[in-house]
Amino acid sequence: MNDKIVTLGHGAGGEAMRRLIRDLFLRYFDSPELAKLADAALLTSNGSRMAFTTDSYVVKPLEFPGGDIGRLCICGTVNDLAVMGAWPQYLSIGLIIEEGLDLRLLERIVASAADTANLAGVKIVTGDTKVVTRGECDGLFINTAGIGACPLGRGLSEQPIEPGDAILVSGTLGDHGVAILNARASLGLDAAVVSDCAPLNGLIAHLLHGPPTVKWMRDPTRGGAASVLIELVDSQSFGVLIREEDIPVKAEVLAVCEILGFDPLHLASEGKVVIVAKGEDARMALQLLKQHPLGRDAAIIGEVTSDGAGAVRLQTASGGMRRLLRPTGELLPRIC
Amino acid sequence: MCLALPMKLLSRSGDWGIGEIGGVRRQVMLTLTPEANVGQYVIVHTGYAIEILDEDEAERTMDLLDKIGAMES
Amino acid sequence: MRKVANEIKRLRIDRPIRLMEVCGGHTEAIYRFALRDLLPDWIELTSGPGCPVCVTPNGFIDHAVALARLSGVTIATFGDLVRVPGSTQSLAQIRARGGDVRVFYSPMDALYWTRQHPERTVVFLGIGFETTACTIAAVVQECARDGPANFRMLSALKTMPCALAALLSAPDVHIDGLILPGHVTTVTGMADFQFIAHRFAVPCVVSGFEPLDLMETILMLCRQINEGRAKVENQYLRVVRSEGNLHAQKAISRVFKSCDMEWRGFGSISLSGLSLADEFSYLDATHIQVEVEPIREHPGCRCGEVLRGVCRPDDCALFATACTPEEPCGACMVSSEGACAAVYHFAPVADER
Repeated sequence: MNDKIVTLGHGAGGEAMRRLIRDLFLRYFDSPELAKLADAALLTSNGSRMAFTTDSYVVKPLEFPGGDIGRLCICGTVNDLAVMGAWPQYLSIGLIIEEGLDLRLLERIVASAADTANLAGVKIVTGDTKVVTRGECDGLFINTAGIGACPLGRGLSEQPIEPGDAILVSGTLGDHGVAILNARASLGLDAAVVSDCAPLNGLIAHLLHGPPTVKWMRDPTRGGAASVLIELVDSQSFGVLIREEDIPVKAEVLAVCEILGFDPLHLASEGKVVIVAKGEDARMALQLLKQHPLGRDAAIIGEVTSDGAGAVRLQTASGGMRRLLRPTGELLPRIC
Repeated sequence: MCLALPMKLLSRSGDWGIGEIGGVRRQVMLTLTPEANVGQYVIVHTGYAIEILDEDEAERTMDLLDKIGAMES
Repeated sequence: MRKVANEIKRLRIDRPIRLMEVCGGHTEAIYRFALRDLLPDWIELTSGPGCPVCVTPNGFIDHAVALARLSGVTIATFGDLVRVPGSTQSLAQIRARGGDVRVFYSPMDALYWTRQHPERTVVFLGIGFETTACTIAAVVQECARDGPANFRMLSALKTMPCALAALLSAPDVHIDGLILPGHVTTVTGMADFQFIAHRFAVPCVVSGFEPLDLMETILMLCRQINEGRAKVENQYLRVVRSEGNLHAQKAISRVFKSCDMEWRGFGSISLSGLSLADEFSYLDATHIQVEVEPIREHPGCRCGEVLRGVCRPDDCALFATACTPEEPCGACMVSSEGACAAVYHFAPVADER
C-alpha cells in the first residue's frame, strides 16, 4: 500500500477500502471464514449452523428523515444475517458516547433501537457503554453484532450462479443515501425522501419459504447496488447485465443525483436487497417480493451473462452500454 | 461543472426563489435573471439561474425532430 | 434518435471527419449515452479543453493546498476539485492531514457559511468558464455590498474564445467541426465565437445536452461540412439567445478583468482568464502570504495532449494502469467531465485491455 495515512476514501466502500481490508486486515486476521468477506460469517459449532456478523454505525446526523442511528444499527446487522440466509436471533450493542450528548436524544435513539429490535423479532442480549471526552467522537458511535441460526426458510441454494440467472431488487434504490444528503443542511436541498431503513428478515423469510431457488443476496448499503453487483462478479467466469430502465429509483432520488452529479447505483439503501434467483424462478420470486409490504416496488433488473465475465454492464435508457464501476473516493462520508 | 439543470420556479422573493426539479427543491438565486417569473423554468448552475427556458422553443425542437422522422418514411 | 442517426448516415460525406466538443458536459453526455455507437464510422468525435478542472494546472492546486495548511484558513471549493492531484498532494490529502477543506454546491452557500464563521478566513476556489464566472461575480458583488470581511477568492476562471483560437492555431490540431458549449454560450451569446467561422472557416453549432440535442447538432455540422459552409449555428434554441444573458455579462465585466491564464496543455494563453477588477482586488487570495511548492508534473501524464485532442485517453501509457479514478495521476481522470474518466467509466466492455 502506498498510502501513509488513513483517508476518508478508505471508508467509502470502494476500491481503497477493499485494498485496506485485503492488504492489512486479512493479512493479520488470518481465517478462512473472514477471507470470504461475506456480509456474515457462516459457522458451525457443535453441529449447529449459524451466522455471525458485526457492523459499526457512525451516521451523521444521528436523526434523519425515516430513521435514526438506533433504528439503523439494528436493521443493518439483522439484514446482514438475513441476506446470508440466517434467521436473526440475538444482538449485542456497544455504544461510544460523546460527553455532552443530550440524554433525551440518547433515550429517543435507544427507544428506537428497542422498537426496531421488537419489529425484527430479535433480542438484544448484551451490551457495553463508553463515554469519551467532548470532541473525541462525534455525538454517538454504535457497534452491533448479531448471531442467527441457519437456515432461514429453505435457506440459500447451494447451486452455483450461472448465466441465465435473474437479478432482482426488492425496491427503489438510493433512498437512504438521499435522505442523508437531504439532512445535511449544507447542501440546501429539500427533497421529500425518507430513509428506507427497515429490517428485511420478514421479507427474506417470505421469499425463502417459497419455491424459488435463491442463490445469492446482499443488501446494497454503502457503495450502493453497484458495489454489491461488482462483488458478485469479481473473479468469476460470468458477468452481469442490468438495464437502466428497469431499475426502480424514485424521481426525487434521480433529481438529487443529477444536481449533485451522483449515480443512484452508488448510493446506499438500508431496507433493500439485491437477489440472484434461478432464471426460471424470476417471475415467481418477483411475485413473492411484491406480496410483502417491503417489496412492493420490486423489479427484475437484469441477468447473469456468460459474456463480459467479471464485469457489470449497464444498458442505458438510450440503448448504449456502459460499464459499472465502484464509486471512487468518498462520495458522502458518514452515510451509515 | 458545466452542469446546469432546468428547474421550475415555485416562488420568488426579491433576489432569490425556490426552484424544483423531480420533486427536489433548492434555493435559487435570481440576480442574473431578474425577469424570471414564478411558473417559468430556469436553467440553474451552481445555485444561480442563468437563463429562462423558452418553452415554445422547447416544443418546437421536439416537433422539428418528429418531422425529420416523417421525412424519412 | 435512430431517425436523426439515419439522416446523418444519408449525408454520405466521403472522407473521415473529426468533430470536437469543448465542454465537459458534452464529453460526459456523449459517453454516457454511447452516442458513438449510433454514428457512422467516418465521424470521429474528440474531446477538447472543455473541462475547467482538467485545464487548471498543478500550480493552482498547490497554491490551494499551501493555503489549506495555514491555520485559520478554510478552503471552500466545488466538489470536483477535491481529488485532483497537485505536484505532491490533492486537497483531499491535505484535508486528511488536518486542512479545513469544505465542499459547496454554490458559491452563495460558501458566502453564507463564511458569514457564520467570522473566525475563519475563507478562500473560495474560483474554477470554471463563463458559466461559473457570472455566478461567482454575483457572489463577489454581494460580498462587496454586505460583507463578510473574511471572504476571499483565488481565481483560475477562464474564458473560452482565446483558448479556442489557440487550439485552432495549434499545428498538431485538426478539426472539421466544433460543438460549442451550451451553457457558456447561454452567458456569452454567440458573437464571441463568430471568429471561428470567419477566421478559421470551421463550422460551429451550439448544442444542448440531451442525446437528441447532440445528435441534431452533429447533423447540423455534417450538413455544413457537406455544403462547404462555415457558420455559427444554434441548436440549443430553447436556452441560448444569440445575445446571451446581458445581466450575467455585466456582472462579469464589472467584477473581473481579463488576464493571461495558464491552461494545462496550452501553456499561458493571453487574455484567456479572469482576475478580480481593481475595485474588488482586496478580495483576492493571492495577497495572503504563503509559500507554494515548486510545480512538478507527473511523469508520463499526457493530460495536456488529451486536452488538445491529439492524444486519446487510452493511448496514454498510464491509462487504467497507474492512473485510475481511484488513484488518479492527472486531472483528466478525476473530474466526471474529464475525457480520461469518461473513457474509463463508459468505454464498452469489449474494449477491455
